[in-house]
Amino acid sequence: MGNRVAIVGIGQTYHKSNRPDVSQPEMVNEAVRAALADAQLEAKDIEASFLSNMETFEGIYLPDHGMADEIGAYMRSGLKVCTGGTSGASVVAEAFHYVAAGLFDVVMVTGFEKQDCGDTTAAITAACTPVWGKGVATGAIGEFAKQALTYMENSGSREEHAAMVRLKADRGACLNPYAHLKLGLKSIEEILASGYLVWPLRLLDFCPQSCGACALIYASESAAKKMAQKPVWIADVETVHQEPFRAGSFGDPTGLETYTQEVACERVYKRNGITDPIKDICMAELYEPSNWEELNLYERFHFCEKGEGWKLVEKGITEIEGAFPVNPSGGVIATNPIGATPTIRVAEAALQVRGDAGPHQVTRDVHTAMATALGGPNWTVLTLLKRSL
Amino acid sequence: MQIQDRVEQVDDLDRYVYHGRIDIPNSYSAGTVGSHFLTELRDKKIFLGMKCEKCNVVYVPPRSTCKYCFAKMDDSWVEVADKGTLLTYTVNFAPTAAQPAESPIIYGIVQLDGATTGFVHMLGEVDLEDLRIGMRLQAVFKPERDASILAVKYFKPLK
Ligand SMILES: [Zn+2]
Repeated sequence: MGNRVAIVGIGQTYHKSNRPDVSQPEMVNEAVRAALADAQLEAKDIEASFLSNMETFEGIYLPDHGMADEIGAYMRSGLKVCTGGTSGASVVAEAFHYVAAGLFDVVMVTGFEKQDCGDTTAAITAACTPVWGKGVATGAIGEFAKQALTYMENSGSREEHAAMVRLKADRGACLNPYAHLKLGLKSIEEILASGYLVWPLRLLDFCPQSCGACALIYASESAAKKMAQKPVWIADVETVHQEPFRAGSFGDPTGLETYTQEVACERVYKRNGITDPIKDICMAELYEPSNWEELNLYERFHFCEKGEGWKLVEKGITEIEGAFPVNPSGGVIATNPIGATPTIRVAEAALQVRGDAGPHQVTRDVHTAMATALGGPNWTVLTLLKRSL
Repeated sequence: MQIQDRVEQVDDLDRYVYHGRIDIPNSYSAGTVGSHFLTELRDKKIFLGMKCEKCNVVYVPPRSTCKYCFAKMDDSWVEVADKGTLLTYTVNFAPTAAQPAESPIIYGIVQLDGATTGFVHMLGEVDLEDLRIGMRLQAVFKPERDASILAVKYFKPLK
C-alpha cells in the first residue's frame, strides 16, 4: 500500500462559540503556526496544503480564495475537500494518498470552521436535497434524535446511560486545554434535568457549534527520519459512502440498512489483522455528535456485541483510565468546529500515541489508535494510527 | 432517438421542477488587522497598509501574515495615500442585485501611492471614453460611513 506516512506535527486553536477577535484566515493561521512549531518546521518546508471546510455553513463561497496566502499555502500544491461532516477526515485520507503515492514528502492538512459566521442548522436544512427533503429536513439534531430513539428501543438502554457518556465527555473536556464546552458536570441528574432540544435529545445530549481549526503535518518515511518530532504512523485509512437521505440510516428504524461504519471497520480490521478491536486497538477518538450516537458507534465498530454498547460505559471501560478509552479529549459533544472536527479526532488520537496528550493522556499505553468520522451523508472515514509499523 | 431530437424535447416533457430560495443569515469578522483598517477608513478617511520589512511589501488591504515569508507582521502599520494609479478596469452594464450601485458600474483596481498591492473598488465622475490604465485617481468618501470598504464612494480622476 504505497510509501509509509507519518504525522510529525500537530496543532490546534482553542475552541469557542464566537471568535469576533479574528478573521477566518487569522484563526486558521493560529493552528497552522501551532503545527509548524510542533514539527519544528517553517512554512517554506511544506510542499502541499490540503484544506477541509464546510463552506455553506459560513456563507462564504470558496473560503480558500481569501485565505490561502495567509495560511502558508501561497503557491503550494494541494486542494480543499468538502464531504460534509467527514470533510476533516476525508482530507486526512486524501493527503495520505498523495504522500503514500510518493508525490510529496512533507504536506500540511488543515481543517477549519468559524461557525460564528453563519447558521449551521439553517444551512443544513435549507440546502437539504430539495425534492425529497424540502420542509421535512430537520438538520443534524433531528437525525440524531431519531438515532437516539431507535437506539433506546433496540438496546433496552435508558437515558441514564447516555448521561453517563455525557459525564465522561465533560470529564475529558475539563482536562483538555483546547476543548470548547467545559461544564464541570457533576451528576447524571444534572444532565437529565436539561431541556429537550428535539425529543428525546436534550440540550446536553448534543454537540455545540464551535469556531476553531486543527492542522497536521505529514512526512514520508525518508523525510520523517530527519524530523524533530516523534512520528505517528498512519497505518490505514478507509472511506465508505452511501446515499443516506432516503435510507435514513442514522439509527436505521427499518433494521434493514447496512451501516457504513460496519463496512469501513471490517475492511480496516481485516487489512490490519485486528480480530479483537478493543484489545488490538488501544483507544479511539469517535465522531459522536451526540452521546447516544457514541453508544451506537461502540456497536457499529464491533467494540462490543449488538445492543450492549451501554454496558461499556456502565462498566467504565471507555473512561480515561478504562481498558478501552474513548474520546478522552471530550469528543465532538464538547468541541465541534465542523470542518476541523474529524481532523481533531486524528490529532487527539495521534497525541495519545505519542504520549503527549497531557492531562487527558489515557492510562493504557497507546501503540495503536483509531479515529473515526461521520458525516451528513452518514459516510464513514476511519484513520488507524500506530507508534511503529 | 437522435440526440438533437432529445435536446429539442426537454422543455416540453412536463416534468415537475421544484423552485426554492435559500436565505441564510451570515456575519463575518473583519479580524485583528481588518478591523483597524476599516475603522480608520471610516473615522479618519485614511488608508492603512501592513508592511513586511523583510520582503519590502505593503499590503492594502492589510493582512497579519506575509504571504511570501510567512512572518507575522503584527503592528507594522504604514499610512498610504488616498490617491493612486488605475491598474486595470472593466465596465458592467448589467449588474445583479448583489452589486450596490447604479448601472453602468466601473470596477477598477487601484494601486494607492505607497502600497505594493492593488485595491479593488469602483470609479465615478468619469466618462467611459476617458478611462485609461495608468490614470491617476483620488478617493471620494461618503458623508455617512460604515466600517466597510464602501465608506469610499468611489475613486474619481485626479485633476
Ligand atoms: Zn515577508
